[in-house]
Amino acid sequence: MKKPAFTRFAYGLALVLMFALGSLAEQAGILEELFSYREDVVYLVGQHIELVLISGSLAILIGVPLGTVLSRPRFAKMAETAMQTLNIGTTIPTLAILALSMSLLGIGMLPAVFGLCIASLLPIVRNTYTGLLEVPDHLKEAASGIGMTPMQMLIRVELPNALFVIFAGIRTALAINVGTVPLAFLIGGGGLGELIFTGIDLDEPFMMLAGAIPTAILAILVDIAIAILAFMIVPKGVNPLRA
Amino acid sequence: MIRIDNLTKIFETPNGPVTAADHINMEVPEGEICVLLGPSGCGKTTTLKMINRIIPSTSGKIFINGEDTTGMNTVELRRNIGYVIQQIGLFPNMTIEENIAIVPKLLGWDANRYKARAKELLELVALDPSIFLKRYPRELSGGQQQRIGVARALAADPPVMLMDEPFGAIDPINREVIQDEFLKMQQELRKTIMFVSHDIDEAVKMADRIAIFRGGRLVQYDTPDDLLAHPVDDFVESFVGDDRALKRLRLVQVSQVMEPVTTVSPGDSLKVALERIEQQGYSHAILMVNERNQPIGYVSRSVAQTTNGLCGEHYFGLKADTRPEDDLRKVASLMFNHDTTWLPCTDEHGVLVGQVTQRGITHYLGATYHRDAPVSLAQTLQQISA
Repeated sequence: MKKPAFTRFAYGLALVLMFALGSLAEQAGILEELFSYREDVVYLVGQHIELVLISGSLAILIGVPLGTVLSRPRFAKMAETAMQTLNIGTTIPTLAILALSMSLLGIGMLPAVFGLCIASLLPIVRNTYTGLLEVPDHLKEAASGIGMTPMQMLIRVELPNALFVIFAGIRTALAINVGTVPLAFLIGGGGLGELIFTGIDLDEPFMMLAGAIPTAILAILVDIAIAILAFMIVPKGVNPLRA
Repeated sequence: MIRIDNLTKIFETPNGPVTAADHINMEVPEGEICVLLGPSGCGKTTTLKMINRIIPSTSGKIFINGEDTTGMNTVELRRNIGYVIQQIGLFPNMTIEENIAIVPKLLGWDANRYKARAKELLELVALDPSIFLKRYPRELSGGQQQRIGVARALAADPPVMLMDEPFGAIDPINREVIQDEFLKMQQELRKTIMFVSHDIDEAVKMADRIAIFRGGRLVQYDTPDDLLAHPVDDFVESFVGDDRALKRLRLVQVSQVMEPVTTVSPGDSLKVALERIEQQGYSHAILMVNERNQPIGYVSRSVAQTTNGLCGEHYFGLKADTRPEDDLRKVASLMFNHDTTWLPCTDEHGVLVGQVTQRGITHYLGATYHRDAPVSLAQTLQQISA
């Protein structure tokens, strides 16, 4: 597909600007400063990714089944209350969640993972729940009418048709997750927050940047990864990206 | 065969119980289409959906091919009943092939067998497998989608099919086409079909029997012709419409009203033509055929009276002809179009087999109304005295 002339121009301009900024940074010795934190950055990025992966997969492993269970007719009465509770939960700032989990579980990686998992659980449950409820009734009627058991209907019809919405929830959740991981440092969870917050405290802007820039890049990469996964996993017939 | 025995559904609503179906008794013979017809809220859909337990019944029994379904496992029961709904309900996450093959797959057929079946069914519903097998439902038009819906219902070759306003959401032109295709298919497959509709014209066209519902009760259960000729009460009469006699035209074939016809050949003189016209009591004209007995024109009475010569020199071309299997609606339309009161009827080789006249049609339709006459006369007299 041919891009409009203006977009192509904007892309070109951005490239030139980036190159100019890069060479300016090189000239001023900023890159050298940043690179002096290389070893720390590599180690902390590893820790950062570990936190995201563990807390993120836990959130998915808990959130999708929980949302699915809540969407079943027999839980209909309980589901509304549960969703309201979760909605209220989303209004609690993530820093507060981390602080609360520290007061429960002490200092270290465990409370960090727990807090991150809770913070990213909500969008996943909510999207799974609404995604499944939004599967049109006539599809369900057709499915049961041709003799599918409730389980077959869930796996063959409901989940595939809700998958795009579920993936949107996972994407939101992981965006929150990656952005919250730096705060994990505050409760002893490690990650790139160590460079950011220490940099702030010591008034060392380069140290702070050495933490902030990889955090930003990671956030973008995770988002792209989820988008690619959604593109590949959501069935072609119900995937708006592949229309 | 589907037999329904005292089937009842009572819905509990906040405003008290509502009886949606009240002791329905009916039987659909093997291989026939029964259309459940009535205004909305009359219980026709409820009755249909109780058969495959989409709606659980309050009381009563359902027999399929003589077997009481009460004790059957719901999933098992449904896999032996084809189900087509108005919203079609194709699964958008599956290809057309997967949609059609879903029931065979659930029944545990092997891949080769259900793939072959999907292909065969696509051909049956007049869609090209090489184009459609791998497509997704959203890439198809409404009419194409409903063809797939029918194919899916037929996949495991169930003896019984339930169809809930299957063609209701399709535009009128495509609906006619799909109805015709479906009827043609049914002639081969001979499924026992229960079909919900709110459209009397569709019912008359599709049904071997029509069941009229009102307020949860089965009011009349009859063949379309009997229903139109003898509605049991005012409700049915108003429901089938003031033009019910015209609706019957569609149910009668030319062969049922065809009369023998006397003809002339091009070599006969106009005098012979006039003689035969007088003899047969034809009012306007006589048909002329060639040596293979194919109609080629007609000689009008006025020409025969005033002119001398041969028929072959003084005839008019034919305006239209019909076939024995045409329905009378088409014939009546042709007559109106061409301003004529009779039409020759020919077989597939164009050979004359008879004629159909307006008088013949009126007589045929009138004959079945006749048994009504004394009743309506009595009613009229009552009305007068009152």
